[in-house]
Amino acid sequence: MKKILLIALLFLSTTSHAALNVFACEPEWAALTQLLAGDKANIYTATGALQDPHRVEARPSLIAKARRANLLVCTGAELETGWLPVILRESGNSAIQPGSPGAFEAARFVTMLEVPTRLDRSDGDVHAQGNPHIQTDARNFLAVADALSKRLTQLDPANAAYYQQQLATFNGQWRAAIARWEKQATPLKGVAIVAQHRGFPYLNNWLGLKQVAELEPKPGMEPSAAYLGQVLGQLQQHPAKMVLRAAYQDGRPSDWIAERAHIKAVALPYTVGGTAQAIDLFGLFDDTLTRLLAGLK
Amino acid sequence: MFNKTCLSAALAVLLSHPAAAASNADLQAIREQIIQLKQSYEQRIAQLEQRLERAEATSKQAVDVAAQAETQQASVAPTTAITSSEGAFNPAVSLILAGTYGTLKQDPAIAPTGFAMSANPGHTQGFNLGESELGISANIDPDYRGVATLALAAAGGVSVENAFVQTSALGNGINLKLGRYFSGLGYLNEQHAHAWDFVDQPLVYATLWNNQLGEDGVQVKWLAPTDTFIELGGELGRGRGFPGSDRVKNGAGSGVLFAHVGDDIGVEHSWRVGASLHQTRADNRISTGVPDLLGTIGGVSNSFSGDSQTTGLDFIWKYAPNGNTANRYLKVQGEYFQRKEAGLLTYDTAAANITDTFSQTQSGWYLQSVVQFMPHWRTGLRYDRLASGIASVGALNAGNVISNYAFNPTRATWMLDYSPSEFSRLRLQLAHDNSRQGLPDKQLFVQYIMSLGAHGAHQY
Repeated sequence: MKKILLIALLFLSTTSHAALNVFACEPEWAALTQLLAGDKANIYTATGALQDPHRVEARPSLIAKARRANLLVCTGAELETGWLPVILRESGNSAIQPGSPGAFEAARFVTMLEVPTRLDRSDGDVHAQGNPHIQTDARNFLAVADALSKRLTQLDPANAAYYQQQLATFNGQWRAAIARWEKQATPLKGVAIVAQHRGFPYLNNWLGLKQVAELEPKPGMEPSAAYLGQVLGQLQQHPAKMVLRAAYQDGRPSDWIAERAHIKAVALPYTVGGTAQAIDLFGLFDDTLTRLLAGLK
Repeated sequence: MFNKTCLSAALAVLLSHPAAAASNADLQAIREQIIQLKQSYEQRIAQLEQRLERAEATSKQAVDVAAQAETQQASVAPTTAITSSEGAFNPAVSLILAGTYGTLKQDPAIAPTGFAMSANPGHTQGFNLGESELGISANIDPDYRGVATLALAAAGGVSVENAFVQTSALGNGINLKLGRYFSGLGYLNEQHAHAWDFVDQPLVYATLWNNQLGEDGVQVKWLAPTDTFIELGGELGRGRGFPGSDRVKNGAGSGVLFAHVGDDIGVEHSWRVGASLHQTRADNRISTGVPDLLGTIGGVSNSFSGDSQTTGLDFIWKYAPNGNTANRYLKVQGEYFQRKEAGLLTYDTAAANITDTFSQTQSGWYLQSVVQFMPHWRTGLRYDRLASGIASVGALNAGNVISNYAFNPTRATWMLDYSPSEFSRLRLQLAHDNSRQGLPDKQLFVQYIMSLGAHGAHQY
């Protein structure tokens, strides 16, 4: 026991100099925080782009990181409901508990899509507050950045001017980028697509893609061969251009349908780090559009 | 939905202030503002507060409006409308439904050889409902959270499995639990039955902890502010569960100390190791059907009073390609417990009734591995082994009590389970049980575990 305490003290003495310890649930929020807070924050990303954010385990390392966090930046809308509550409880950190200024939920600041009118588990893995995959619409980052910057200022008022300046820079660059992406995406308008998981409503809404089928019979349920056959039949009558999946998803259902329906299987980075090109938020959407446009050909 | 909420907010403001013709204009403005300020929630509060401040100055009555409007504001989430009703503060309720079908070749009431004076939760043959579990939890206030888990036994009757409050705002890595909880010792002890990877607990948990150690008491945990997970915990309890025994006494009847250390290695590996120490006292702990040197048919009833000290080591290692546990993962875990008991043993309480000193050291371990080889499908293997040790028996009982069984109970178990969704699981389990000397058993179980209602997050 004494040894453990000694080790603990050793770790204690190596804390970093950054003002804020940020625990980002998903890579996109880590990237956004990085842009807005620069070197004023020490950011830990809880999940990787190749991990299903619904199904993360409350690992000891996550609990240890949450223990020292001043700010939690998560999607919310129940995306992290399977693991984050345990981490928050076990962390013994009152600063980041739900409702406190240290708990930031991005989904609260955007208009949610697919808010279910009835809540029943026979409908699969539905989220009461709407579809939580908000990071596929670039426009959502403007509202989230605005709110996040305010939260950074609230927690670290000494650097208020810096945060404001970073936000202004981000807003300028991001608006220009959105204009560029929207122009690039013109050929995608009205294009019929198939989604492997119900994870793209925000992307569809933004770029005007038309989702005609899903490979999951119900959200979160694995497709059976019979169901995939049914989708295939449907696609022969109403053809689609491509089938979309997120980088973290198993590629087999997409590939199966792509091969038989003679359409392209497109794996999107989905978040920062999902592909080699998606190194930051700008890269994320650059690559998303490149891949979508390649799917058209 | 948003508009509806705004409208109801505005209506509430209107209704609460029917006679104030003077501030109609104010109200109109407030209503317009509420509808207008979709973009910025915080800004909206600030402006509304300003507006209300002004109203306050002109009319005393407006104070009511302000209060009303403020509460309405607070409940207007930007994305969802929260309907206020009696049910709005209802706690999260979950119900676990489980059932098992078991085929055994031997009588499950026979304890593993050398462990007749330990616990023997056994198995049930044929179709049985298993344990349904009703869980209720909610935040009590900003400082406390409450959890109750009621086990509904197949034969009827309800028992309190867990009923505790825990702090949520102490900070500094401190967590305090009061009430009835599963002790934090070992790795498996805290897990509820529906989260087990096999139909039953390892032999070492079944015999040394009667499946799980539940305590009535206080638990304090402290998490070190380090990058590596280091958690220290202590418990003081009543000591009601096996190996202790319920008694009438002031003070604590049992104590537990545990430490856990864990971390990740890259994104694909994670691990946790732990050590625990448990101490309690047994008072007239009766064991029935204990074999003796005289070969009494059906065994005898013995009673033990004395100290019981258990030390344990546990580890778990998990691996998932890319850290994505949704598709495929592998976990390997193992635990070892050793118990020393020393005190007075009364042999054959019904007839001979001879009391003399008795001490023994028993131990056991298991090693298991579960692999999710494709989404929704898992299989697992487990190996159990117990050592009953050599007891030192006082002279008066030397001719009665068996001190050395010279047999190590073992069991090998295989399981396969399928989880169509996160809320349902179907399982097949086969075991070759060699825990009773001369009575090898082949066991087959089929099980379903379903959870409905709120589904709490699972522990590591």
